[in-house]
Amino acid sequence: MIRFLARRIALGVLVMWCVTLVVFLIFYVGPGAGDVARALAGREAPPSTVALIARNLLLDRPWYVQYGHFLSQLLHGNLGYDYYNSESVNTIIAQAFPVTFSLIIGAAPLWLAFGILSGVYSAVRPRSLGDRTFTGVALLFYSTPTFVLGVLLILVLYYELTVHGVSIFPAPGYVPFTQSPLQWARALILPWLALALVLAAAYTRLTRSSMLDVLGEDYVRTARAKGVPERRVIFRHALRAALNPIVTQAGIDIGVLFGGAVITEQVFDLPGLGWVAVHAIQEQDLPVIIGVVVVASAGVVAANLIVDILYAVLDPRVRLH
Amino acid sequence: MDNLWVRFHTPDGVVQAVRGVSFAVEPGETLGIVGESGSGKTLATQAAFGLAAGARVEGRAVFDRRDLLEMTVRDRREILGSQVGMVFQNPLSSLHPMYRVGWQLSEAIRIHDRSMSRRAAHARVVELLSLVGIPQPERRIDDFPHQFSGGMRQRAMIAMAIALGPALLIADEPTTAVDVTIQAQILQVLKQLKEELGIAIVMITHDLGVIAQLADRVVVLYAGKVMEQGSVRDLFYEHHHPYTEGLLRSLPAAETERGQLVPIEGQPPSPIDPPPGCPFAPRCRYRMDRCVVEQPRLEPVGGHRGHDSACFLPKDRRPSDDRIAVEAAKGDDSG
Ligand SMILES: Nc1ncnc2c1ncn2[C@@H]1O[C@H](COP(=O)(O)OP(=O)(O)OP(=O)(O)O)[C@@H](O)[C@H]1O
Ligand code: SF4
Ligand SMILES: [Mg+2]
Repeated sequence: MIRFLARRIALGVLVMWCVTLVVFLIFYVGPGAGDVARALAGREAPPSTVALIARNLLLDRPWYVQYGHFLSQLLHGNLGYDYYNSESVNTIIAQAFPVTFSLIIGAAPLWLAFGILSGVYSAVRPRSLGDRTFTGVALLFYSTPTFVLGVLLILVLYYELTVHGVSIFPAPGYVPFTQSPLQWARALILPWLALALVLAAAYTRLTRSSMLDVLGEDYVRTARAKGVPERRVIFRHALRAALNPIVTQAGIDIGVLFGGAVITEQVFDLPGLGWVAVHAIQEQDLPVIIGVVVVASAGVVAANLIVDILYAVLDPRVRLH
Repeated sequence: MDNLWVRFHTPDGVVQAVRGVSFAVEPGETLGIVGESGSGKTLATQAAFGLAAGARVEGRAVFDRRDLLEMTVRDRREILGSQVGMVFQNPLSSLHPMYRVGWQLSEAIRIHDRSMSRRAAHARVVELLSLVGIPQPERRIDDFPHQFSGGMRQRAMIAMAIALGPALLIADEPTTAVDVTIQAQILQVLKQLKEELGIAIVMITHDLGVIAQLADRVVVLYAGKVMEQGSVRDLFYEHHHPYTEGLLRSLPAAETERGQLVPIEGQPPSPIDPPPGCPFAPRCRYRMDRCVVEQPRLEPVGGHRGHDSACFLPKDRRPSDDRIAVEAAKGDDSG
C-alpha cells in the first residue's frame, strides 16, 4: 500500500513538473527574447513596468536560470504577479478557488446520487418503463449543451418564478459561504442542478452497464442463496463491486472541473477559476493564465491520486500489486 | 420437485432447460444428480429457489411440505441459507472479491439470526472454518478470497452453506473446478457432514465416481428430462437406460483397467424445439422406430422399488456387456 502510494505520488509530481516545463516553454521561451516581459506586462504597459518584470524574472540570464527561478517561485507557492491589474496571482486564484470548489462540492453529490440511483434502478429492472425513462432522460441531458440547460434553468426557475412573485432562486451571482451559508446555497442551487443534470447522464449509463455485469456474477447468486434481502444484495453486494468505473469517471470529472467549470461559471456569473481564466484570456493577461493552468493541472493530478487511493480502499486485490 | 419445468424466453426461441423433472430427497439421504453439461442439473435444483435470473419456472417444488413456487419471496429467503444451503459450481467466482471471507460467512449467519452478537458469530465462523478443514481459521478468517486457494474457497463455500445447520445441502459440482487431491478432501468433508450431522445432500456431478462414493440414490438427467433413477446399486449394476449405460462406459476408470473408453457419440439435442421422441434417440444404439416419434415415460423397471427408467426397451432388460467397466469404476473409487 505504501509503495503503491509512493509510486502514484511520484507520478503526480512528474506530471506537475512536465506541466511547469511546458508552461515555461510556451510563455517564457515562445515569445522570443525581449518580448517575454512585454507579453507578461499586458496591454499598454509603460516601459518602466516592462523593465521591472525583466529584472524580477531574471530575463537577462540564460533560460535555465530563468526556469530555475520560475520553478522555485512556484515551489514557494508564488504564482506570479498580475501587472495589468496590479494584484498577486495568488490573490486572484485564492478568491476564485472557493467559488469553483463550492460549485463542485454541491454538484458532485447530486450528480452521483442521480446517476447511481437511476443506473441501479435501470439495471435491476432492465427494459422496464423506469429504465426506458431514465435512459431517455439521461440521453436528453447528455446531449443538451450546458449553457442551454443553464440558461433554461435561469429563465424558468429564476426569471419566470420571480416575475410571478415566487422568488425562491436568486439572480445569478455568488455569495461566499463565510458571509451567509444559506444565501451561499441558495445562489448555487441552479448551477449545481445544471452541472449535475448534465453530468449525471453519463453516470446513469455507466452504473447501468456496470451493474448489469455484476448482477450476473456468481457471488451475487451466492448472496441470494444465503438469504440476503434483495435490497442488500443490490447495494451491499452488487453495487460495491460495480463502483470502480464510477469512481474513475468521478475522479476525471471532478479533476477537470477543478480547472474551472467554465461554461457553468459563465452562465451563472460565478467568479470561479473558469471565469477568471476566460477573462484573463480575453484580456491577454498572461500571468493569470499561467496561474490558472498550474492550479488546474494540480487539481487534475490530485483528483487522480485520490481515485487511486479510493481504488485501493475499495478493492482489496489492488493493494497487493 | 414435482413436474418441474424451467424455460427461458430468448431471441432465438424458448429454451426448454428442464422439462417435467420430478425427484425427491428424504431427510438424511444423499441424492446424486448426474448428466452431461447442459442437461439442466443446475437449473433443476436452483430455479425453484429463485436463483435463475430470467427463468420461467413451473411445477411444484415442495420443501418441508411447503411449495417454494407458491411462497412469498420473503418466506423463500428465510429458508434459503438457513434450512437449505447451496454450494456452487465455481468456487473461484462464488465468493465476493471485496469482502473478507469471515465477513461473508458471518453475514450468512447474522442475516437469519439477528440476535447473534458479532462476537458469537465470529466464534461460530472460526468453528465452521475448522470444521471444513481450513488450517488456522482464526488467522484466515480475515483473509480476502483471493488469498485463499481454490480448494479453500470451496471449503469456505461449504462452511457458509452449512452455517446455520441446514436440513438440506445442494452441492453443484463442488469438485469440478479443483484438482484431484482437493477433490478427495472436499468429498471427505461432505461425507463427514452427511454422517455426523445427518444433512440431506443433493450432489450434482458428472463424475460417477463421486456418486459411487457418496450417494444413496441417483437421478440421471438428459436434455432436461429424467432418464433413469434408482439406488446407486440399481444404477451401477442393474441400470436399464441406454444413456446410463453410455455414461458408465465412458468412465475414465474403465479405460485404465480395460483400455476401452467408449464416449457417447453425438451431441445432446438443442434445448430449443426439442425433438418429439426420446431425446436420446439420435445417439442410442438400441434405437427403434417408435423411439423417434413417441416419448417414453418414466416407468418402474427391474425388481426394486424406486427404480424407474424412461425407455421403450423391455422392462426386464439386464445390462451385460458393460459389467466389467462398472467393476473397474467401483474398484477405483473405493481404493
Ligand atoms: N439464462 C439462460 N438463458 C438461456 N438458456 C439458459 C440460461 N441458463 C441456462 N440455460 C440453458 O439451460 C440448459 C441447462 O443449463 P444448466 O446450467 O442447468 O446445465 P447443467 O446441467 O448444470 O450443466 P453444467 O454441467 O455445464 O453445469 C443449458 O442448455 C443452458 O444453455
Ligand atoms: S427409448 Fe429408444 S432411443 Fe430412447 S433410450 Fe430407449 S431405446 Fe434408446
Ligand atoms: Mg451446472
